[in-house]
Amino acid sequence: MKHAAEYRDGHLAARMAQRIAAEAVEGAGYRFMEFCGGHTHAISRYGLEDLLPGTVRLVHGPGCPVCVLPVARIDTAIALAAQPGVTLCTYGDLMRVPGSGGASLLRAKAAGADVRMIYCALDAVAIARAEPHREVVLFAIGFETTTPPTARSVRVAQQMGLTNFTVFCNHVLTPAAIQNILESPDVRRLGSVRLDGFIGPAHVSTIIGSEPYAFFAQEFAKPVVISGFEPLDVLQSVLMLVRQVNDGRHEVENQYGRAVSAAGNELAQRDVAEVFELRKSFEWRGLGQVPYSALRLKSAYGEFDAERRFTLSDQPAREVPGCQCGAVLRGVKEPLECRLFGTVCTPESPMGSCMVSPEGACSAYWTYKRFRARPLQGHDA
Amino acid sequence: MSRAQYRPLDVRAGRVDLSHGAGGRAMAQLIRQVFHPALDNEWLRQGNDQAAFDVEGGRMVMTTDGYVISPLFFPGGDIGSLAVHGTINDVAMAGAAPRFLSASFILEEGFPLADLERIARSMGDAARAAGIAVVTGDTKVVERGKADGVFICTTGIGLVPGGLEIFPERIRAGDRILLSGSLGDHGVAVMSRRHDLHFETALVSDSAPLHELVRAMVEAGGHAVHAMRDPTRGGLAATLNEIAAQAGVGMRLREAAIPVKPAVAAACELLGLDPLYVANEGKLVAFVAESAAPAVLEAMRAHPLGAEAALIGEVVADAQHFVQMTTEFGGERMVDWLSGEQLPRIC
Repeated sequence: MKHAAEYRDGHLAARMAQRIAAEAVEGAGYRFMEFCGGHTHAISRYGLEDLLPGTVRLVHGPGCPVCVLPVARIDTAIALAAQPGVTLCTYGDLMRVPGSGGASLLRAKAAGADVRMIYCALDAVAIARAEPHREVVLFAIGFETTTPPTARSVRVAQQMGLTNFTVFCNHVLTPAAIQNILESPDVRRLGSVRLDGFIGPAHVSTIIGSEPYAFFAQEFAKPVVISGFEPLDVLQSVLMLVRQVNDGRHEVENQYGRAVSAAGNELAQRDVAEVFELRKSFEWRGLGQVPYSALRLKSAYGEFDAERRFTLSDQPAREVPGCQCGAVLRGVKEPLECRLFGTVCTPESPMGSCMVSPEGACSAYWTYKRFRARPLQGHDA
Repeated sequence: MSRAQYRPLDVRAGRVDLSHGAGGRAMAQLIRQVFHPALDNEWLRQGNDQAAFDVEGGRMVMTTDGYVISPLFFPGGDIGSLAVHGTINDVAMAGAAPRFLSASFILEEGFPLADLERIARSMGDAARAAGIAVVTGDTKVVERGKADGVFICTTGIGLVPGGLEIFPERIRAGDRILLSGSLGDHGVAVMSRRHDLHFETALVSDSAPLHELVRAMVEAGGHAVHAMRDPTRGGLAATLNEIAAQAGVGMRLREAAIPVKPAVAAACELLGLDPLYVANEGKLVAFVAESAAPAVLEAMRAHPLGAEAALIGEVVADAQHFVQMTTEFGGERMVDWLSGEQLPRIC
């Protein structure tokens, strides 16, 4: 714990902030996207923007697995949970995410569906083993960080000879999403989003390493600094990005060297490659169809694929009119620019997943930054 | 009546069955053998359906609370002691001296009598240590599966010393916010024993009766102590937001001043929780006029239950009733209500 406290030291932060202010060129304007919702929350939780000079702006990215899951997939999961004999295992983040017409897994559970909150993919395997009469489905979501545990759960279930365990796979890939943003009209043609660099994912990069970012750093001439999730990590990464921009460099740098290597976790990668293959295309909330951006189970593991075990088809779902999650996920809008924010959309009655996910940008604004929406008041006004 | 029903309860190996709540001899036996010895006092001994007592004139306070904690036994306490401390504290937060408690037990068929006796004894010990009496009670038994072992409801009555007025409407901008000790000990200690989390910690619950601490604070600060509350469910964050809305004020906190034990901080880090939202059962937060704050803080620190007390912030004028905090890192954030339960994160 002492270890973590060192990365939250206010005195070090003030020194780092001074250095950023000194090196950021007046009038230049630096706009960096933090891809990960984990970064968005660290930035908001520690009030990190208060330490940055006015020339540096942080733009929030789509790196929240719950937020980018289309409503149709939530609806499918809810329908699955409602089937007799099915036990749906899910991470806590998904319980309150709104599906169509105000449905959610939390409400489905209250209505009698067997929805269980788990902490680890292997918990679902344990449930399947303990309750052989139930069809246990793991609602698997997440970027590269949570994919290896899902792969492991499938392999363990296979070794155990379980026939009542399947995975409803929604795993998505970070590099594909970043590339999609860089190729989007907002960035390329319209210029409505100017991005000068990326704060790269922390946990995702521990798995995939720093190499996968090299392609678009070169191709799109954007610097990437892989950053830890602690606030000092983020400040240091901002400083590294400012320096790259000042020098006209666009490299992949690794601030999070204490956990991330160039090649990543090869054991985890092998597990993932053994069990999963690329989907040709997958719908992302906010980004639309993104080619080769998601995973599904290989046919060799087809018996563990909920989409093959059950006849599932995503039904067309409609977003709540006026919900700006899509624009927020692309960095085009800030949560406070959404008319629903704080009026009809709150964590208690979320209209979009960005408000309810613990990594969502709207949730970060609501939880930590709402006071910034009003004129500043004196300390003891 | 057959002789069998006069045989003493097998408290060591027996279990609660439906007859223990049926109003017959089995229930009377349970009360006589388990509850009376554990909770014994002159009122309970009378065996009436109600307790009668004379009180001096003045203001009385009354509160009620249901206890449904899982697991029933946790490091630093159990549902019995908690049901005494929690209700004492709700009484004490009005500046009142707690006097009498009632206790209502809802038992699940099959619950081990040995556990019930342990809980009743723990309740009796907690009440005696706090100098108050459980003067009346009730027992019901529900079928297996209709409850989680045992639920306890306690109601408390206390007397407020003459002229004392302690409630949120008295809070003013400029008041100092005092916290009696470290956050999250109870919540983390209980979570560590939940079967789905199972982590090792030496932490114990902070469950404790706070009325003596309150008395010391009132002696030191008198009317300058404007309001108090114990941050239980929802943690300090929920309590401060609740009071900000009730008193029509805002609050500014300093994160660096808020005591959190390293073990609590580490567990919260691991589980993705924020100590500001984790439950406490032996802490209070007080709103005190600026001039009296140093004296009240000193009185708190002189009491064993307030040894780590700290000045954590101020009350400010704010039409939106926001609770804001300067983080240890130097930036500003809101401290909002908790939405739903604190859920574990996925990555």
